[in-house]
Amino acid sequence: MNFSEVFKQSNQLCKVSPDGKYLATCVQYRLVVRDMSTLQILQLYTCLDQISHMDWSSDSLFILCAMYKRGLVQVWSLEQPDWHCKIDEGSIGLLSSRWSPDGRHILNTTEFHLRITVWSLCTKAVSYIKYPKACQKGIDFSRDGCYMALAERRDCKDYVSVFVCDDWHLLRHFETETQDLGGLEWSPNGCVLAVWDSCLEYKVLLYSLDGRLLSTYSAYEWSLGVKTVTWSPSSQFLAIGSYDEKVRVLNHITWKKITQFEHPATINNTKAVVYKEVERRPAVGADDLSLHNITIGTTLFNTQSKYEICPPPVQIPVVKPDPDRANPKIGVSTLAFSSDSRYLATKNGGFQVQSLNWHCSGDSLILLGKEQLCLCYMDTDQEDK
Amino acid sequence: MGEWWTTVPIGTSMGNYEASRISHATMSPSRQNNYVSMYSLPLSKSSYSVISAFCTEDNISPCISYINQELDSLGLSSICIEASSPGGAGLSAVPALNAMYELLQIHRRNMCTLEELEKEQLKKTSSLEHMQMNNSRLKDQLELSIREKSGLHETERQLQLKIKTLQSCLKTEKDEVQKLQNIIASRASQYSHDAKRKEREASKLKERLSQLLVDRKDKKLAIDVLNCLGRSDGRRSHWKTAKATASHEGEMYKSLLSDYEASQRSLMLENAELKKVLQQMKKEMIHILSPRQSSSRRATADDTQEQVDSDGEEKAGDSSRETLDQSCEHAREQLTNSIRQQWRKLRNHMEKLDSQASQVQNQLESNKEVIPRETHDEEMERMRHEVQQCKEFIHTQQQLLQQQLNTSFDDETAALLNDCYTLEEKERLKEEWRLFEEQKRNFERERKNFTEAAIRLGREKKAFQEDRATWLKNQFLNMTPFTDRRRCSSSDGHSALSIRSEPEMRISSTNTQPAKSSTYATFSTPKPTQSATVPSTTELYRTLRLIPDSRSPRQRQTFNSFACRTPCRTLCSLVCPPAPTPSGHRKSAPSCETTVFIGLHFDATGKS
Repeated sequence: MNFSEVFKQSNQLCKVSPDGKYLATCVQYRLVVRDMSTLQILQLYTCLDQISHMDWSSDSLFILCAMYKRGLVQVWSLEQPDWHCKIDEGSIGLLSSRWSPDGRHILNTTEFHLRITVWSLCTKAVSYIKYPKACQKGIDFSRDGCYMALAERRDCKDYVSVFVCDDWHLLRHFETETQDLGGLEWSPNGCVLAVWDSCLEYKVLLYSLDGRLLSTYSAYEWSLGVKTVTWSPSSQFLAIGSYDEKVRVLNHITWKKITQFEHPATINNTKAVVYKEVERRPAVGADDLSLHNITIGTTLFNTQSKYEICPPPVQIPVVKPDPDRANPKIGVSTLAFSSDSRYLATKNGGFQVQSLNWHCSGDSLILLGKEQLCLCYMDTDQEDK
Repeated sequence: MGEWWTTVPIGTSMGNYEASRISHATMSPSRQNNYVSMYSLPLSKSSYSVISAFCTEDNISPCISYINQELDSLGLSSICIEASSPGGAGLSAVPALNAMYELLQIHRRNMCTLEELEKEQLKKTSSLEHMQMNNSRLKDQLELSIREKSGLHETERQLQLKIKTLQSCLKTEKDEVQKLQNIIASRASQYSHDAKRKEREASKLKERLSQLLVDRKDKKLAIDVLNCLGRSDGRRSHWKTAKATASHEGEMYKSLLSDYEASQRSLMLENAELKKVLQQMKKEMIHILSPRQSSSRRATADDTQEQVDSDGEEKAGDSSRETLDQSCEHAREQLTNSIRQQWRKLRNHMEKLDSQASQVQNQLESNKEVIPRETHDEEMERMRHEVQQCKEFIHTQQQLLQQQLNTSFDDETAALLNDCYTLEEKERLKEEWRLFEEQKRNFERERKNFTEAAIRLGREKKAFQEDRATWLKNQFLNMTPFTDRRRCSSSDGHSALSIRSEPEMRISSTNTQPAKSSTYATFSTPKPTQSATVPSTTELYRTLRLIPDSRSPRQRQTFNSFACRTPCRTLCSLVCPPAPTPSGHRKSAPSCETTVFIGLHFDATGKS
């Protein structure tokens, strides 16, 4: 693996354009756009304040830079470097800013979640959406970009509003049977909306596009509930990771649990292969990784560390988090399906894995740790099917 | 005296009841005398009979002496009771009275002690009774208390059990409580965290609000765009109209419907596949069951077969119907039911087979245990034997090898040894050669002897032949009919025969040839019949010899010997000389013939 030279960035704002041609990085108040292949600086933009958030538009033509302290959003164009756009939220402040799927609208969430302001770059029009919910994931766009689901809370009740992204027409507005809506996510085919409750209650609700409740799923009561929810790319499965260190997978026909994966502290399964990274330098500790549902895999390793296969049973070092604290670092926090829905990668517990991402071909997985990076290749020849 | 009297009633009351009764009845201090008399009277009355038995007027002195003796033996101061007058009928009152008094005292004392003893005894019996009662009471009490104790033990045990169960329940409850407490704690912490967050937010809001109120500099929210952008899809934006909303709704429903259709299609495909699989399974199950059941010997075979057949027909009909009408509920139910039925049959069948197999296996195992053990033992023995043999063989081989190895170590000695061995062998060979040569020589010698003997024999034969020929010639020449009647009778025929034979011979000289040959042939072959005839020929020759008795004893002897020893062959050789000596015996040839003829004829006559 080759590495380029190190580029400066701030706030971990460094994104590749959706078409993969450009790389945008933020350095303090500057926005640097490089060519992906040559890493030459193509454009350089200067913002009014330190950039808090930066994002590409879906057509890779525009970049938005948000400055939360100042309440400003600046939009830059790649084609026309002279073009500029500045959105000022005013005294109401800015909490977050994002693009709409068509790349022509910007949604700003104001401070205290007072409202969501929809700015249109085409018409310079403004729309407001009131009472957005402040939760883990209160807003989600469908994969095809047609619809947007927004969680709202009025009078101590949760609602979901479905908007048509074309003209921000409110399609559906319905109440959800949640105590405290924690998040919502569209299925990849855009027909089902999964809504889950906060961690105090294990409840996952499934609504169809037109607002009908299709099914409810609750695995247990009283203990801390859902931590993360992921759809499989084929929309066939819904994986729910919870605080009891288990992943439950529901199927899309009956919305009933088809299987359940556990994350025991001792791996006894003979089918599981456990790779342990052993570093020669004794200063840095070993990064233990456990991967579920992987029959065999080969790994790339750098010259300084080596992966060795541990024979079962393998004891995984678990740090018991303080249960008295809120949002404890237990439970399944990250789920990722491979693109062919064959594999599910999960992260349980307080391991220092920031993200799990599959390659679009579904054969390899990249694990980003705090200081380390790991690429895992699946050996697909071993699979018969 | 008065004292004495007072003691009497006491004493007497405990003692002799009769006496006491009497004494009570008659007790009166004033009437002492009366009492005495009365006392004495009945006493005397009662004792009179005794006394009268004991003492009479006659035997006063022996009585007295006897009484004295008794008193002495009792240990009383011998108060010799004397007779008042020697030989008199009376007796001196003083010692007697003293004695009596002492006796009375004794009696009284005895009575007292008796009373006391009786009292004691009464007391004792009453106390004994009391004790026994107590004892029984206490025993009952003890039993009761033991029973109580066991009952209490039982209850205690049960209570212990209860305690244990309750403790375990308590433990589980405690665990649950602990768990719930943990849950509550985590929830509480979550709630508090959320509440704090909200509070912070509210406080910020308040701050902002106050700041805004203070500030009043309303920064207007605005967008500053250089120029408007075109829409991403290139189309122009539309007004929001009802048509637009309707179209949106329509779009939404279209997408939903398309999704449902897609899922339904996939489900239909899956369904069709599963149905196909079920059909296949059903067919296979039928197939498996039907040949099995047609060849089975079970009682239900017929029924099931019929069922199977009927089912099969049904299924055929069903399948056709099913392919036509897939979504028909009825058809689906039928299919599932039929599959379930077949599966049940198959399962029963398998169970039966399993049980059979287990039975057979048990049998086999039991059989195996019986037979193979024997064979196993035999085999073991054989193998052990083999092993032993092999071991021995190996051992010997090893030894030889060792020897070889040992010998090969030392070349000189090996060479020497080899030489020794070869020498030995040479010696042995030489021995054997010697023996062989010896034997060969022996054989040669014997052969020589034999040949010499044969030659001699031949010569002797020749000589004998010649001799015989001359003798016969002589006989013929000397033959007369009158020399020996007896012999002639036998020899008549004989001579006649001979005579006859001669002319016959001459006549049938030609005939003789084949006859001779035949006879010769017949004669030459030593048959038992021939040998039987041989003695007759020997008789003949004996008779013949008898004729010329003295002529040739040697011949006779030789004849005899020859005839006796080797009748046929030598006869033949005599009669028909062997080929090697043709010329010498030509003369005797006719004689041979004649003799042959003679023999034959005689045979015929002999036999007839």
